[in-house]
Amino acid sequence: MTTQKRRAAIVGIYEWPKRKDPDVSGMQIKAQSIKHALDDAGLDWSDVDAVYDAGDGEGAGMANIVQYLGLRPNVIDTTQVGGSSYEFHAAHAVRAIEEGKCQVAVLSYGSKAATQRIPIGTGGGRAGGSWATNMEAPYGMTLIANYAMVANRHMAQYGTTSEQLAEISVATRHHAMRNPQAVQAMHDLGVQGVADLTIDDVMSSRMIADPLHLLECCLVTDGGGAVIIASPEVAARAKKKPVWILGTGESMSYVTNDGDITVSAAAQSAPTAFQQAGVSASEMDIAMIYDSFSITVAVMLEDLGFCKKGEVGSYLEGGRLRYDNPGGPALNTDGGGLSSNHPGMRGIFLLLEAARQLRGESTSQVPDAKLAVAHGNGGFLGSLHSGGTVVLAAD
Amino acid sequence: MPDRPMPVFPEPDTEAYWEATKENKLLYQQCNACQAVVFTPRAHCTKCGSVDLKTLESKGEGAVYTYSVVRQNRQPAFAEMGAYSVAYIDLDEGFRMLSSVVGVEDPTKDISVGMRVKVDFEEQDSSEYRVPVFRPA
Repeated sequence: MTTQKRRAAIVGIYEWPKRKDPDVSGMQIKAQSIKHALDDAGLDWSDVDAVYDAGDGEGAGMANIVQYLGLRPNVIDTTQVGGSSYEFHAAHAVRAIEEGKCQVAVLSYGSKAATQRIPIGTGGGRAGGSWATNMEAPYGMTLIANYAMVANRHMAQYGTTSEQLAEISVATRHHAMRNPQAVQAMHDLGVQGVADLTIDDVMSSRMIADPLHLLECCLVTDGGGAVIIASPEVAARAKKKPVWILGTGESMSYVTNDGDITVSAAAQSAPTAFQQAGVSASEMDIAMIYDSFSITVAVMLEDLGFCKKGEVGSYLEGGRLRYDNPGGPALNTDGGGLSSNHPGMRGIFLLLEAARQLRGESTSQVPDAKLAVAHGNGGFLGSLHSGGTVVLAAD
Repeated sequence: MPDRPMPVFPEPDTEAYWEATKENKLLYQQCNACQAVVFTPRAHCTKCGSVDLKTLESKGEGAVYTYSVVRQNRQPAFAEMGAYSVAYIDLDEGFRMLSSVVGVEDPTKDISVGMRVKVDFEEQDSSEYRVPVFRPA
């Protein structure tokens, strides 16, 4: 065993001692097991920079264990393949450590299969309350109201206006009108007025949850797609010119007692991605930023580094993000989720259009496009959300 | 008006918080190891992982950190409310909670970021738990 490479090591372990434990939750088992395992390793809670989770534990949706624990890891992985998930997590942790993305990964498991009488193998949790839903359910916070709370705070903190946010809807609609699939989509989905928008059009659309108007909210579509990512060896013999992935970053953010709701997960994932790529936001020709809502794009333009925090309002003015405006990156040149495609999770389309631009195949082509950033958002911007940044380049 | 959706139990992290609402008490936690304020209720400290937490009663006074107004929600529990607010409230003791600002004439006009508020406990018909909401102070 003396010659094999020491890739990564298990340094802390803990097994929950009881096998019938009615008064604890699966989530509590996970959190406390992690603490015991860190103690076993001689490491601190704040040393953890990667979290692996198979979604076990009550109400464990979208890796909300990250919020439950109170951590801010640089790697989040929710591979769920049943009982072997933890071996997969170990394999992925080794790769992430070797890549230099993290140094201390936690894997955890917690289940009340005996007490809850869950038939093992069905993979279903019981319906009912969780540590999170029990605190939110009574208030009727809708998805849009959640995002709207970020907008209201941004406006109160920085004086940002709805008119400024509306520039995002105007730019993406302009790009959508140049994309035949987007035009067809809007007709098929019954969008009123399939045409370029003015700021006034956006402002006079119906208020959904103050301060977000209808035209600041994405479409809901059918759809999907696929991406093939290959090694340099395979890329050398692929049919079209490769779109290189230079850097990546992952993060999750959530509301805390003293946090700034106008700062998104992008503030953590983007610096990692840009640093690995060796480029900065100012060099980007294209910005594919998840546009579930206008405010999503707005805070991310700041957090990705296109402008300072709080200054996106004036940054947006005058159509800076149009594909033919040289004053900034071209935003969502496919028409975005706002005016082209959003079947619920839009992240793949960010990669697709970034690739088209870097191949020279976009319907709103930026001349000689060489660098693109794709930033995906998941979940609820005003509470638990994820950020994934990918920096891409053409030769 | 139908009841709001209520918490579902057993759920060990949130049980004590909701029991306290029956007595019009708003509880939060503080870590004895690192002094961090912990909310929503947990069995561990979100800053350091310690399980040595104490539970404290809030005075229920604070300010609106941010809010929005849902113009229409067709879910049965909310359909009759018309326009209603959701808000994050910063309590003076240092925790932030999701709630609603009630007792205003027009939620689209009468709520503002930074406005001072005080907790009230809204009784429900079919549950002894009371839902913490906030009124202008």
